[in-house]
Amino acid sequence: MKTIRVAAIAILVLMSLVVLGAHYLAPAGYEQQFRETTEAAPSIHHLLGTDELGRDRWARLLYGMRVSLTLAPLAALFTTVLAGLVGGIAGYFGGWTERCSKLLIDLFLSVPWLFLLITVRAVLPLNVSPEASVTVTFALLGLLGWAASARVICAGAKDLMKSEFVWMARASGFSGLKLVRLHLMPNLRGALLAQFWISIPVFIIAEANLGALGLGVAEPLPSLGSLLRELQDSVMVRPEPWRLLPLAVLIVVISSFQVLLNRQEIRT
Amino acid sequence: MKRHYLISAVLLLCAISAFAQSGGELRFCLRSEPKTFNPLLVEDEASETIRYLTGGVLVRVNRLTLKAEPDLATSWKVSEGGKRIRFKLRDGLKYSDGTPFSAEDVAYTMQQLMDPALHSSTGDAFRSADGKLVAHVISAKEIEIDFPAPVANLVNLFDTVAILSAKSPQKEMATLGPFHVAERKAGSYLLLKRNPYYWKKDAAGKQLPYLDSIRLDIEQNPEIEAMRYKRGEVQLINTVSPAIFEKLSADSASVRDAGASTDTEQLWFNQVPSAPLPAYKKAWFTSTNFRRAISETINRNDLARIVFHGHAVPAIGIISPSNKFWFNSDLRPHAYDTTDALRRLQQDGFRMQGETLKDKAGNAVEFSIATNAGNRARESMATMIQQDLKKIGIKVNVVTLDFNSLLERMTQSYNYEACLLGFQNVELDPNSQMAVWLSSADNHQWNPNQKSPATPWEAEIDKLMRAQAASGDEHKRKQYWDRVQQIAWEQEPFIYLVNKDALVAIASSVKNAEPSVFRPQTFWNVETLALAH
Repeated sequence: MKTIRVAAIAILVLMSLVVLGAHYLAPAGYEQQFRETTEAAPSIHHLLGTDELGRDRWARLLYGMRVSLTLAPLAALFTTVLAGLVGGIAGYFGGWTERCSKLLIDLFLSVPWLFLLITVRAVLPLNVSPEASVTVTFALLGLLGWAASARVICAGAKDLMKSEFVWMARASGFSGLKLVRLHLMPNLRGALLAQFWISIPVFIIAEANLGALGLGVAEPLPSLGSLLRELQDSVMVRPEPWRLLPLAVLIVVISSFQVLLNRQEIRT
Repeated sequence: MKRHYLISAVLLLCAISAFAQSGGELRFCLRSEPKTFNPLLVEDEASETIRYLTGGVLVRVNRLTLKAEPDLATSWKVSEGGKRIRFKLRDGLKYSDGTPFSAEDVAYTMQQLMDPALHSSTGDAFRSADGKLVAHVISAKEIEIDFPAPVANLVNLFDTVAILSAKSPQKEMATLGPFHVAERKAGSYLLLKRNPYYWKKDAAGKQLPYLDSIRLDIEQNPEIEAMRYKRGEVQLINTVSPAIFEKLSADSASVRDAGASTDTEQLWFNQVPSAPLPAYKKAWFTSTNFRRAISETINRNDLARIVFHGHAVPAIGIISPSNKFWFNSDLRPHAYDTTDALRRLQQDGFRMQGETLKDKAGNAVEFSIATNAGNRARESMATMIQQDLKKIGIKVNVVTLDFNSLLERMTQSYNYEACLLGFQNVELDPNSQMAVWLSSADNHQWNPNQKSPATPWEAEIDKLMRAQAASGDEHKRKQYWDRVQQIAWEQEPFIYLVNKDALVAIASSVKNAEPSVFRPQTFWNVETLALAH
């Protein structure tokens, strides 16, 4: 188990270094079009070959990881904090607070977000930089993705409030923030972390899907989502397995984080 | 010797006839459910396919020769400068349900088609002026139709008018074409069966069509359609994307490039005076020098070679060179010349400052190109144009929007800067582009619904368009159209990018296929298609 954990840490550190050093490791840049060598196979000049416009896939993967692995965790953190607040408050107080919170959760789960997102894109100005566009996209995902997680946290908090140790704590005079800090938060940590890690790949994939609505990462900036969108050409994937690397990277990163998470959960 | 030739010819004819009696079921895919079975209300591609396969028309345009050929009508005569047409009809024809066909049916169809309450886009093509159409039934086999004003390209327009039965209880489901709709499962498939009363016979006297039935599976995903084609589950693909074409070609599947189509892909700038854009940007977009400079900076050869894998040609103008009669052959492709582009821009006061192009007021030249999300070819073209324009210091932001949002910006709010879209030109006669080129038209995309022409060149195009629509003389109309093409080439309100090739896939088991660049590319001669067993 320890070896796997060390390997996971090593992978994450390595990936972070690679992403931070993208400028040096992929001097071709993510937007330069080598039009005479489009859809090239891996070579010394292009480690992962080139895409349909002749752009270096290695550079696009590194910069795409930089975008997605920075913004998706931030959005996941934002959504987890929101879920923790709404779900935690609902479970802690119960009664009408819980009913109101659940109503809000149900409302968020039932609203057709797809249409709302289309409307949001329609009102956004057209002349925004790709960086601003991708930030807005992940901010929206973070803002809208909390409801399902809040329901899980609410149920967890409610159960905890009925547990014997919380009754004992309350009988001992614990209340308010002290009760939350010492008893609720440590016990809800696992659920919150699980929601956090689950949200990261969900947001990366969601960003890829939003691209179909024009609300993803704008060209020429890459993201893991936009690179995964290329896999839609299922007819083309078989003879070019290197195109699966963005998917492999996503799986490795999420798995590494989860190995660490499991360890932390065991500790708590 | 002569006798030997005769015997050989008879044997060959018998062999063809025996082979042609193969029957069987042809299968291919529709990208969506047909929205209507009423041939007069057709607007979408799936309904158009059903109309073509089932509808009987008075004249049929041969997709290879582009000549009108007799179908339900044996002959016709246009008179009164294109206001009147008289048809002599074939004798003894019946609809698929056995109802007899007569001139009454043609009169009924034309009255229905031109009824303003029906809102038929097929009927709109015949509407050259206000007033009513009059159909005189001269006899059961002869009819004369009078239009209120001359109709351009009158004969060929009848290629899209499937004749309904005035008496059949099955209404529009009774057909005069080679097939009729026999079975339908919503969202899944349609089964067309051979029309037992179809009139056409082959050279050996055998009744057509050769096929017993056609199964049309509804399949939205072109990738899955390609996989099904490779597995032999479908035998035709009418429109293949360049990427899939290359893949199928590499896998030795039978695919054909029928040549440059009449479809165009173009970029245009918003020139609407009331658009919510800064005044300096409006000044750029209305400048001919600016538009021509942008055009000269776009490497169309690269677009055709990279985005379309070589299955496209750099576009020259409104009409594709494949439309040989109407294309103005004096025009040449716009050169890729960034030096000349910068010269043109300097004439308008633009100058390079470092790596940025600035206008005479010092504004950095930056604009967005909007296109419809999900169209990979257009997204790629926009990205390539983005890099091309960077060479002359212009920053482009590529924006993909869902089609309805894009349409709203193009037609309602006019809140966009440049747009990249394409036109599917179904009609060979450019008269169908009246709705685009008249300055008062809704689809005059760069500046629609003008009360009076905003520029002298638009005024000249208006004049030429009205003149060609009112003329029954094809050669005179060609002269008018040549001038319109010349003006459009010089002014570039639309910066035409490429004409895509018509790429099709036809399984080797399908015999007698002669793919055309014109719709419907693979099955335009469906009655003579046959399957090898």
